[in-house]
Amino acid sequence: MVGSLTGPTRGARMALGLYGALILIILYLPLVAVGFASVSRGRYLSFPIRRYSFDWYGQALASDTVRELVITSFKVAVLVTVLSVVIGFFGALAFARYDWKGRHLFQKLALLPIFFPQAVLGLALLMWFNALGVTPSWKTGVVAHLVWISPVTTLIIAIRAYSYDPALEEAARDMGCSTLQTLREVTIPLLAPGMVTAGLFAFLLSWGNFPLSLFTLGVDATLPKWLYARMVSGYTPLVPTVGMLSVAFSAALVVLGLVIVWVRARRRAGAG
Amino acid sequence: MGEGRFGVLAAAPLALVLALGFAAPLAIVMAFSAMPERVFDLGHRPDFSAYAAMIEQGYWRSLLRSLGMALIATVILMLLCWPLAFAMAKLWKTFTLVITIAVVLSLFVSENIRLFGWVLVLMKGGLLDGYLQHWFGWGTGGLVYNPGAIVFGLIYVYFPFMLFPMAQGAAMIPEDARQAAFDLGASRWTVLREIDLPLAAPGIMVGSLLCFVLSAGAIAEGKLLGGRSVITIGDDVEAAFTYAQNWPLGSALAVSLIAVLGGLVVIALGRIDLDRIMGRR
Repeated sequence: MVGSLTGPTRGARMALGLYGALILIILYLPLVAVGFASVSRGRYLSFPIRRYSFDWYGQALASDTVRELVITSFKVAVLVTVLSVVIGFFGALAFARYDWKGRHLFQKLALLPIFFPQAVLGLALLMWFNALGVTPSWKTGVVAHLVWISPVTTLIIAIRAYSYDPALEEAARDMGCSTLQTLREVTIPLLAPGMVTAGLFAFLLSWGNFPLSLFTLGVDATLPKWLYARMVSGYTPLVPTVGMLSVAFSAALVVLGLVIVWVRARRRAGAG
Repeated sequence: MGEGRFGVLAAAPLALVLALGFAAPLAIVMAFSAMPERVFDLGHRPDFSAYAAMIEQGYWRSLLRSLGMALIATVILMLLCWPLAFAMAKLWKTFTLVITIAVVLSLFVSENIRLFGWVLVLMKGGLLDGYLQHWFGWGTGGLVYNPGAIVFGLIYVYFPFMLFPMAQGAAMIPEDARQAAFDLGASRWTVLREIDLPLAAPGIMVGSLLCFVLSAGAIAEGKLLGGRSVITIGDDVEAAFTYAQNWPLGSALAVSLIAVLGGLVVIALGRIDLDRIMGRR
């Protein structure tokens, strides 16, 4: 569109760029505030912060409660990741790859949990577990997370499945591969990048999930659930600190994921 | 080897999760909504008294209030996101990637931490008020704990859910069509109305639907930013299921909300072609 008369003028382009930058600042402003609060020394928070200290971080890292919360959150997120990637792998094949009679209906049904308020889903699940006589715990939390996260992993892997050529699978079959061999030697390697992305999303969305965890974990608690309980009643200066630690862990995982993608892209560029 | 059989087999695991974790809980909620008030099992004669209580005791007001706030948030999000979505799809390359990554990353932070951050920014003596007082001697006072703050929270939390579908929709506008319209003498406004918006409509529809549905049932925004200044339908459902131990009432409230939202979702999803949006060859 460069040089075209119909594109936005230079002024409009600059305004749009500024607007985009402003949106990014607003997006992260609350995290900046939480970051400041986490290093404020006083027990009662007020801005501007006069005295800084990292004591709360020491306390948070030494706390047994926090360790337990991390273990529960981690346990739930790992299980959700593994299960939702497996479910999403097959789901994506049914969603995007195979031509079958129920495909269009399946595509729409698979989206429904995403188009549903999570807090209401959490409450409905709580009642369902009660009706079944199952005591809610971190295990029911895994089920609840799966209901929402499996459709997400399905969609992410489906995007990858849309872009590969089904002829590759046919070729493998023509050359005498069994169904399982085709799956192992052709389909899984082709979908692998999508599965890695989906796994990363699954872990991070489970780790940070709040509305489902709030109602479906019974007496167990993940980090977001505990933080919420402390925000609404019984505030402690540990809230911003634990919040920042949780965010820092997510950020570290994302950086790791981006590094893996970058290394793979470089290796491929080097090989090709 | 029939692909039909593979399709059914591959769909089975997800279908099982959805049947046991989505359809069954909703069915139970529906069944409970018909029960007499304050019972804890389904072995009673359905009398739908919970629905009567819902109307008599004024719970329908919180339903309307939540739908109203969700509508306001969705309309504002449409206006806020359109220029950005258009620029992401049509103008920028690197900056689109930067915005995409930054917005996705923000989604990985629990919404309660982000909303709590806004409380710290907007409260009396918070980041905004505190620094304004410090530098200029006057501040904004507390901006939280009112209905406006709840709508602000909804707009903030569901921003990505409007932005990404809308950008995807904007990417579906062929440049040729815009060019042709301009060549024929159409004004910018006409092109927006006759070309851009209709062709981007599937993305705009998906985004609006997501934002409306998710904000109508949200809980955290009202609790953290609203400070219980307004009771939302989500609060009412939660209270009925937890403190009040009135499952049929909670179920009737949930079913009413789900009926409105589900109706919208089914109508809208029925009209879009996912293969086209997601780029099947």
